[in-house]
Amino acid sequence: MCRMKSSEIPTAALVLGVNVTDHDVTFKSLSEVLQDNVTPYVVSLQAKECPGIKHLLQKLMGQLMDCCVDVDSSEEEECVNISQKKIRCSMASLSKWYESVTKKTGSETPSKKRTSSSRHWQSPPIVVIFKDMESFTTKVLQDFIVISSQHIHEFPLVLIFGIATSPMIIHRLLPHSVSSLLCIELFQSLSCKEHLATVIDKLLLTTQFPFKLSEKVLQVLINIFLYHDFSVQNFIKGFQLSIVEHFYSQPLSVLCCQLLEAKKRVNSLSHNQCENIRSLPSFRRYVENQVSEKQIALLTEDSFLKEVTQTLLEDLHIYHENYFTVLRCLHVFTTSLPKYPLGKQIRELYCACLGKRVWETEEYGSAVQLLRMLAKDELVAILQKCAEIFISSGKQFSNTVEKLEEFLARFQNLEVAETNEVQDMSVSSQKELQKKTDLYHLQKTLLELKESKRSKKLTKFEMLRFEVVDFIDSLVRSYLAPAEMQTLNEVVYFNTANTLREHLNAAPRIALHTALNNPYCYLKNQTLKSDVGCISNTAPDICIVYKLHLECGRLINLVDWLEAFSTVVTAVEGTDPDSVATDQVDEIIHARFIRAVSELELLGFIKPSKQKTDHVARLTWGGC
Amino acid sequence: MSQLELKRNKVLEARFVADEDVLKHISDNGGVKVRKDRAQLALNVKRFVKKLENISDDDEAQEIMEEQNYVAVLGACAEDSLRNGPSAGGGKIYSFQTPKRSGKMAELASELAQTPGRNVTFDSSQYPEKPASTPQSSKKYSASNKAQLQSEKNEFVSTTPYRLRKRLTAPSLRSDSESDYSASCSEEEEEDKDHKETSDVILDQKTPSKTRAAPASKKTPAKKLKEEMTSNLVEEYFEAHSSSKVLTSDRTLQKLQKRKLDQQTLLVLLNKAPPAFTAELKELNQQHESLFSKWMLQLHLGFSIVLYGLGSKRDLLEKFRTSLLRDSVHLVVNGFFPSITVRSILNSITEEVLDHVGTFRSPMDQLDLIMKRFKEDSSLELYLLIHNLDSKMLRGDKSQQILAQLASLPNIHLIASIDHINAPLMWDQAKQSLYNWLWYETTTFSPYLEETSYENSLLVQQSGSLALSSLTHVLHSLTPNARGIFRLLAQYHLENKDNPSYPGLSFQDFYQRCREAFLVNSDLTLRAQLTEFRDHKLIRTKRGTDGVEYLLIPVDNGTLTDFLEKEDEDM
Repeated sequence: MCRMKSSEIPTAALVLGVNVTDHDVTFKSLSEVLQDNVTPYVVSLQAKECPGIKHLLQKLMGQLMDCCVDVDSSEEEECVNISQKKIRCSMASLSKWYESVTKKTGSETPSKKRTSSSRHWQSPPIVVIFKDMESFTTKVLQDFIVISSQHIHEFPLVLIFGIATSPMIIHRLLPHSVSSLLCIELFQSLSCKEHLATVIDKLLLTTQFPFKLSEKVLQVLINIFLYHDFSVQNFIKGFQLSIVEHFYSQPLSVLCCQLLEAKKRVNSLSHNQCENIRSLPSFRRYVENQVSEKQIALLTEDSFLKEVTQTLLEDLHIYHENYFTVLRCLHVFTTSLPKYPLGKQIRELYCACLGKRVWETEEYGSAVQLLRMLAKDELVAILQKCAEIFISSGKQFSNTVEKLEEFLARFQNLEVAETNEVQDMSVSSQKELQKKTDLYHLQKTLLELKESKRSKKLTKFEMLRFEVVDFIDSLVRSYLAPAEMQTLNEVVYFNTANTLREHLNAAPRIALHTALNNPYCYLKNQTLKSDVGCISNTAPDICIVYKLHLECGRLINLVDWLEAFSTVVTAVEGTDPDSVATDQVDEIIHARFIRAVSELELLGFIKPSKQKTDHVARLTWGGC
Repeated sequence: MSQLELKRNKVLEARFVADEDVLKHISDNGGVKVRKDRAQLALNVKRFVKKLENISDDDEAQEIMEEQNYVAVLGACAEDSLRNGPSAGGGKIYSFQTPKRSGKMAELASELAQTPGRNVTFDSSQYPEKPASTPQSSKKYSASNKAQLQSEKNEFVSTTPYRLRKRLTAPSLRSDSESDYSASCSEEEEEDKDHKETSDVILDQKTPSKTRAAPASKKTPAKKLKEEMTSNLVEEYFEAHSSSKVLTSDRTLQKLQKRKLDQQTLLVLLNKAPPAFTAELKELNQQHESLFSKWMLQLHLGFSIVLYGLGSKRDLLEKFRTSLLRDSVHLVVNGFFPSITVRSILNSITEEVLDHVGTFRSPMDQLDLIMKRFKEDSSLELYLLIHNLDSKMLRGDKSQQILAQLASLPNIHLIASIDHINAPLMWDQAKQSLYNWLWYETTTFSPYLEETSYENSLLVQQSGSLALSSLTHVLHSLTPNARGIFRLLAQYHLENKDNPSYPGLSFQDFYQRCREAFLVNSDLTLRAQLTEFRDHKLIRTKRGTDGVEYLLIPVDNGTLTDFLEKEDEDM
């Protein structure tokens, strides 16, 4: 830590990244940690609460007073008194308050003045957190810093700036004269991607929770994260929504719980629920693969079905237990490859494996190819890591662990053997070259040498490497079968990505546009049916008016519009122009037109204009 | 016209498909993709074009792959939801502005009218579309070139005989090597007529040929077409943006001799109009109503619900309220009401729900209190129904901030509706995460009766009852002298109501008159009085050309007459 002048305010600049919505959680835990370990006086301020220096001080004092109530309830009265007087918020009163508080709590410490040499607070500092530094007005920030630097001797103060963009912003917001009053230390938070990785690791890649996301759903959530907001909170929200949707819409989600509980619940299933199980596509697939007597039993006897369901659920559970271990192991392998054919992050690998048979994909093929070219030390390191993963996962992989350890041992043995061999090889070939020969023979031997190199017998290491890769491949094939193939996967997997997208990432403009352009999408009336880009002239008034207005430029003449509208409408109704009621019909059409136009105005397509009499201005695409 | 359309469908290999438009809308880069797709389509017809394929396309392939990955998930779902509706031409939504021909609307209308009972074809080509190749700014130059080349080529196509044309098109194909030509090229084997059609279509797709006349029924004059084809996309764009002149007809409603309707008669008339599609509308509503219990669950789990889609959602929300919220504390906010403010919402929460007496210095303080009370008492629950969260009065940043903070409380459940096309722009990320929205599309097609009745609609005559009552209220709180002053001004105003060039009453004149009526003794008192009027928006001042201050009453004459009559009665 740099040496600090006594008048400088120690300041932490916290670079948090653009995912603003996640910052709140960070700050909350930060202030909790500070309150537990450092000082009770932690204040967090938001820009929107502090439009002026007065408000800022008010907020600051308000929060500090609350703190002191927590610390010492006997002081409550005093505080209430103060707040009733609507405290004159100034730094002077703040330092007075601080003095009184510290005197009470820490009366033993004789010297209140901190010495600049010792960095230990003799009395707890006041920590002020500016949650969103960029949004504060420069004036407020500058004033606050200047004022408080005057009082730094009276009470210790620490500032924390929350920064979403880059540390440069400090210097843009604060002139040199102000920033020189601060002693800034920069801190960088983890990137949001890492937070997401943690969330996925703890929530999805574990058997702890029975609920799972299907590939499409996970893809949607990850895409919203990567392409829209980088917000881990939003990811969690999407996850929550998936849970709600799953338990709301899937009747068999009652079985989506811990295995023991699920088995119990299977016993109490009603007949209807059994029928639900029978209608699951995955279960039907399962039934089709059974012998005919068993098929009949499964489809007719509830009790037998329940028995089978229990074993199937257990299978599913075991499948998951194995799945994640092998997935992690495969991930260790694939992250060491150049260009990451199967993705760098484990979530990418997970998505790839969830959706389809991963070993049938091109990417997997190239990954295996690359694995076969790994160097020995890399391979050994990876194998060691895998062994650790398998060991930590429990007993069911003891065979695999043994096998891995065997491989490791063989690699060890290779080392000795290999060196000998290499020496042999080189010696023999060199001997041959050293023999005196004519040009023809030399050429021949060289050619032979080349040939032998090309179709060289595999070295022991290479053989072993093949064996290892084949072993991993067999693991993948046996354990990483896609979830959709598992019987009863519908119970625990949420797979309607569609609803999720509709509710999280809606497109209101498109909905509006569709309704106006092609009402048949919503109103299933045959008269409205039309091709893309067409509209029936029996469509609702607003659609016709909208269609007509698309033909206009920036300004629309209301008279023309009305006339066009009435042309269309009267044609549809097929009214006789000579009929008695024409006048009234006209009035009605006029009224309908007025309604449609004011609806368009409400929707924001047009607005009244003063540029020309009886004109409206178009506000949307193509018009503005 | 419809015949023409049929024919087009037949030859149209490279037709603009709406689904692609959706994708294009989702990703900006989609434009490239669409082009590529079309290119591939053409490839099937003519192999050799493949060699000429733009290399840049290959470069983009990687990028597109990733894009497709994204689109495949987000976009595929959009397609899934097609059964429910929302597919729309992105190109149609986000297009460039192009010059519009006056009289276009009438033409379209007559077209629509000519085929009663049948589907009238609005070919997508009639609307300005986003040209598939232009949006990337870096390509602007090449795009413009392309357009030029294309239009020139098309000119050849329609004028030169078949043989010559074949020779002519070959080099141009090579020169721009853009796959789009392959489509027209592929047609060369076919009949001449067909060819003309295709090139026509391609042009429609590439250039928003707004100037092109709608092909009126059967006669599609080739000559006319030719002229329009030469029009250049870029030129059109700048033409549309450069001129501030607006080409519309000068007709006014007054000449039409349509009297302005007031709100009352409007309603009566609308009731007479036969309702359409009742069965379908009912079905739509039933679909939405089946979601009520789900909404309830999600509201309780801390989500807020926002309803969007065409049609008034007021009835739906009302139904939700009456069917599920009857026994719980709820607050209905009519956002469309012109005098609604956040303050009034907060007031009703503190006064009606929390039984708090006392005033607050600022909405922030009020919000603090509400948040504190709701956090302390977890048994307190409030359902907040807001019709038109995007109304003029509530769409401000501060209002939204406060509402968002309210919504973030776990025991306040917010369900709201939005209608404006740009409504989602109100919320930044922070607010969205406070609101914690779940979006529900509830297109109802029901008329916005309540919502638009407050809107100062363009064509509806203001009855002035509101203005009149406020006028009397304000004036009653003033001194008799002040009332006299206003009367004087009002009378003068009415005397001159037939004079179209009446500028208002000049201040000096007014002072003179007031003195004569013993209403004021110095111009200072008069000024003070006028300031008061101005604060209540009873008068407006305007500086004339000669620098003199003129006073006006911004109330229409009918209301003013009513007011004076009423005053006379009172006296």
